Amino acid sequence: MMRYNRLALYGLLSVAAIMILLPVFIMVSTSLKSMDEIRNGSIFTLPVDPGFAAWGKAWFGDCAKTLGDTCGGLSSSFMTSVKIVIPALFLSVGLGAVTGYSLAAWKMKGANVMFAALLVGMFIPPQVTLYPLIIMIRELGIFGTIPGLILVHVIWGVAFTTMMFRNFFKTVPQDLLKAARIDGAGFWPLFWHVMLPLSLPILGVAMILQFTYIWNDFLLGLTFGGRAGQPMTVALNNLVGSQFGEKEYNVDMAATMLTALPTLAVYLLSGRLFVRGIAAGAVKG
Amino acid sequence: MTDPAQGVLQGSVTQQENQQEGRRRWRPQWTARMALIPAMAITIFCFYGFIIWTFVISLTRSRLLPVYKFTGFDQYARLFANERWWTAMGNLAIHGFLFIGGCIVFGYLLAILIDRGVKAEGLYRTVFMLPLSMSFIVTGVIWQWVMNPGLGLQEAVRALGWAGFEFNWIVRPDRSIYTLAIAGIWQQVGLCMALFLAGLRNIDPNIWKAARVDGIPVWRVYLHIITPMMRAVFFTVFILMSAIVMKAFDLVVALTGGGPGFSSDLPARFIVDHILNRQELGLGAAGAFVLLCTVIAVIAPYIYFELQKERSGRGH
Repeated sequence: MMRYNRLALYGLLSVAAIMILLPVFIMVSTSLKSMDEIRNGSIFTLPVDPGFAAWGKAWFGDCAKTLGDTCGGLSSSFMTSVKIVIPALFLSVGLGAVTGYSLAAWKMKGANVMFAALLVGMFIPPQVTLYPLIIMIRELGIFGTIPGLILVHVIWGVAFTTMMFRNFFKTVPQDLLKAARIDGAGFWPLFWHVMLPLSLPILGVAMILQFTYIWNDFLLGLTFGGRAGQPMTVALNNLVGSQFGEKEYNVDMAATMLTALPTLAVYLLSGRLFVRGIAAGAVKG
Repeated sequence: MTDPAQGVLQGSVTQQENQQEGRRRWRPQWTARMALIPAMAITIFCFYGFIIWTFVISLTRSRLLPVYKFTGFDQYARLFANERWWTAMGNLAIHGFLFIGGCIVFGYLLAILIDRGVKAEGLYRTVFMLPLSMSFIVTGVIWQWVMNPGLGLQEAVRALGWAGFEFNWIVRPDRSIYTLAIAGIWQQVGLCMALFLAGLRNIDPNIWKAARVDGIPVWRVYLHIITPMMRAVFFTVFILMSAIVMKAFDLVVALTGGGPGFSSDLPARFIVDHILNRQELGLGAAGAFVLLCTVIAVIAPYIYFELQKERSGRGH
């Protein structure tokens, strides 16, 4: 009896795992097929003659099939995404660390009110503040540029990063802070030499999640990117939505794979840290 | 990692130093206040200020650009007379029910299965949470291909011998909204599983011991004892999934494009479309404000609950 129960348990878990992995398998396998094979075969089969031709087309573009000055490949928007993500990542995590530390370690009047106000900010649908933000970014003269997108991501990221650090710093024993202050440690020395080294795990979590959120963003990239600042998710959506002639599903899937790879790699390499943070950051959706 | 901290702790606290504290404290306190300025400015201006601004725009007849000629609540009247808006709101209800329900049911079941003590637990968890690392755009494009009626799942199953198999929901106006829930659950079920699993791991092991002594079957322990104890986790998951559903924009854009027609449109997409493409700024702003009110109605109890929890000292 016991043994059958175990069997059923592993059976159910494996079925669930297969259902989760199947679309990923279909994506990879389709990207390695030729269009002929896609038309004549089934999405479940492995590629008979796997090749990276579709990956090349997705990355460099297909100059015969697109209008305008670019060939429609994802390589340029990949670089745009990198240029957006790295500064936005460091700025939003850095600002969140300092703000969270200030709120948690320096007893100030109104710190809790401000934290609550910031926390509510995490739940505001971005559509509600979208147009005023457009006006602000336009007035600053950085609409449709990478700096504009970086600023927008910092604004939208600071509530989440602050929450992560503030909640962590709240768990640091008050005696420790008191002792440091009595020793004459000022605001910045206490931050650099005590709090930041203590917060390395949470720093890792915040970095990983911010990387994932910013890389995966679509709405902000679509609204603020213009033509010059088009991140990879926007380029992918355009590529899939606006091919001329016959649809090339293998190229679509290769492009999808390329867009997913950076965050997938971060997830698989970071494992536990991602799991720890995703629950806290889930509200960002 | 704790070395610098211990160094500080060992620097003993003497009476003398205690007295100096008063004189020394003013400067770092001011630095701390200064450090809050950027985040405070963002909160005040970019969150609350911009909400008010959007509300003001919704009271005007702005179309392409904001024009501050006030027309009262005319835009709201137009919004509530707009058929597409009600389609989108109805879809939000359908999608919200299916997506949240599906994530909770499947997430909880997966968490229970893993909680039964399996080997390679880490592997299963990694697999279940894998889609979470991907963008909604990626998820949408993958599922659009899987559900492609010509070459996707429908054809593949027919080729396996089930000739009458039909799965063309993505191109059917009466079914396309359901495809959003399928793709959404696939992406988010891992998150629910992780939250439920954390909750299950917090259950006092003595409850299991007592149940075993009494000879209560495992499924009854879960149904009648564990599940009621997990109320708070269910609440949290419900709120988190609601927040995701109400913001849902990327997935619908990538998966169905709101179509066929507007049959799978959602409010978030309605708003962005009217603000960015249709030159109906005032109407879009009114939609945004209604969406915000919906979010507040759902989220407010949660924020209150969280703050209460902190006040009662249980922390995090």
